[in-house]
Amino acid sequence: MGQKIIEAKNLTKTYGNHTVVKGINFSVNKGQIFAFLGPNGAGKSTTIKMLTTLLRPTNGEITIDGNNVINEKNEARFAFGIVFQDPSLDDELTAMENMELHAVLYHLPKKQRLQRTEELLKLVELWDRKDSLVKTFSGGMKRRLEIARGLLHHPKVLFLDEPTLGLDTQTRNLLWDYVKKLNKTEDTTIFFTTHYLEEAEEIAQEINIIDDGNIIAKGSVNELLKATGTKDLEQAYLKLTGKNIREEKVDAAEAWKMRARSRRMR
Amino acid sequence: MEIYILWLRQIRRYTRSKSRIVGAVGQPLLFLLALGYGIGSLYKRAGGGNYIEFLVPGIIIQTILFGAIFWGINIIWDKQFGFLKETLVAPVSRLKILIGSALGGATTTLIQALLVFFLSMLLGFRPYNWALTPLALLIIIAFAFAVTCFGAGLAAKVNDFQGFQAINQFLIFPLFFLSGALFPIQGFPKALRIIASVNPVSYAVDALRHLLINQGHFKLFTDLLVILITLIILTIFGVYSFEKIET
Repeated sequence: MGQKIIEAKNLTKTYGNHTVVKGINFSVNKGQIFAFLGPNGAGKSTTIKMLTTLLRPTNGEITIDGNNVINEKNEARFAFGIVFQDPSLDDELTAMENMELHAVLYHLPKKQRLQRTEELLKLVELWDRKDSLVKTFSGGMKRRLEIARGLLHHPKVLFLDEPTLGLDTQTRNLLWDYVKKLNKTEDTTIFFTTHYLEEAEEIAQEINIIDDGNIIAKGSVNELLKATGTKDLEQAYLKLTGKNIREEKVDAAEAWKMRARSRRMR
Repeated sequence: MEIYILWLRQIRRYTRSKSRIVGAVGQPLLFLLALGYGIGSLYKRAGGGNYIEFLVPGIIIQTILFGAIFWGINIIWDKQFGFLKETLVAPVSRLKILIGSALGGATTTLIQALLVFFLSMLLGFRPYNWALTPLALLIIIAFAFAVTCFGAGLAAKVNDFQGFQAINQFLIFPLFFLSGALFPIQGFPKALRIIASVNPVSYAVDALRHLLINQGHFKLFTDLLVILITLIILTIFGVYSFEKIET
């Protein structure tokens, strides 16, 4: 323990003259469950995109498991798995085919692929649906499949970007149970974001709060409570980030996507 | 291997969507029947010969052009609904992602073009020399890959379906109608003739006409050269646009 698996130094992202992430520094220890919290538009998603090689930082450095995310992209990509905020499965393929595609992209040998797929699909209780098209799955089943897929290549770090958004309480509990089990059995480092603060309070060992592009608080739940003199994480969070609702810029594509998504949920 | 699995994904999606297959073959077939029989008699009276024969190479190119462009919508879909992110965070170069996907798109459009070709044979169409059909097939493949790369590149740059539709209306339709696919370029007014002669689609249509019905407006060699250059430029465009995607 104590060994750093993610390290971000002076991480900055600027769009035009608008700086979204303002030179933040943070690190995550190996095997830790780390929560990255913040209001909408605070820079959370941008940070995750930079950590996962989707966005190039304007400035600063990131290492994941010793690999520089900017210069050693592919090495870093082998080291992490990610469950995105919105689904990233191919609906027209079966669960098995989605797993196969991922395994091939991550160079998993066939024998290992089949064994690992079975193990993971059983873990997320989808083994009996392995040959169904993903479009016939419910939201919770899709999320579980994404988690299984994200773990297929034995990543050292698993990013979960609002993994429980839109899921019912049962599925949420189940999901966090898997995550905790994973963290224990495979020593996978967990980096997650959520708007449900009780989730962070319950499972996070370390919390960083980002607001307006700066990290404004760091520590364990108890440390944050002590520092703010509050009784639960929600109060601590509100005290730190204020009660104003944030304006988030939504571009046309984003708005369209949100409409389509809410339509599909119905 | 990565290229293969991305290709396979496109093929699996294609074979599962029967309506897409029917739709993609239906439009060119409608053109072939409506124009072929509608204008055919006029064309004959004007001394142009067999219009259906003239039309088939154009309709094959139409199938590829629209098939491949509409295939680009898949990429927008992948981008909007996330699947693309799964490939972009994977330890695979963008080049391989594009090549694998575009080969898949090209294969599916090729299947559609062949379907249209065989349907036209039911209407009595026959290539004048079967020995030349492999070269015709090669041109169809090259053109399909080029347009698929173009479709993927456009999709990488455009963020919504409306934008894609606009490009379709203002770029692809004119490219098609001003290519000599439906009417002989010789009969065009001068301004349109100039447009047709800088339109790469014209050369693809012309090459197929040379090889399938032994007619042509340009030289076959010119056609092949233009197709090759188009293939190179559009592939570079696709690769370049794909490299630039940030989500």
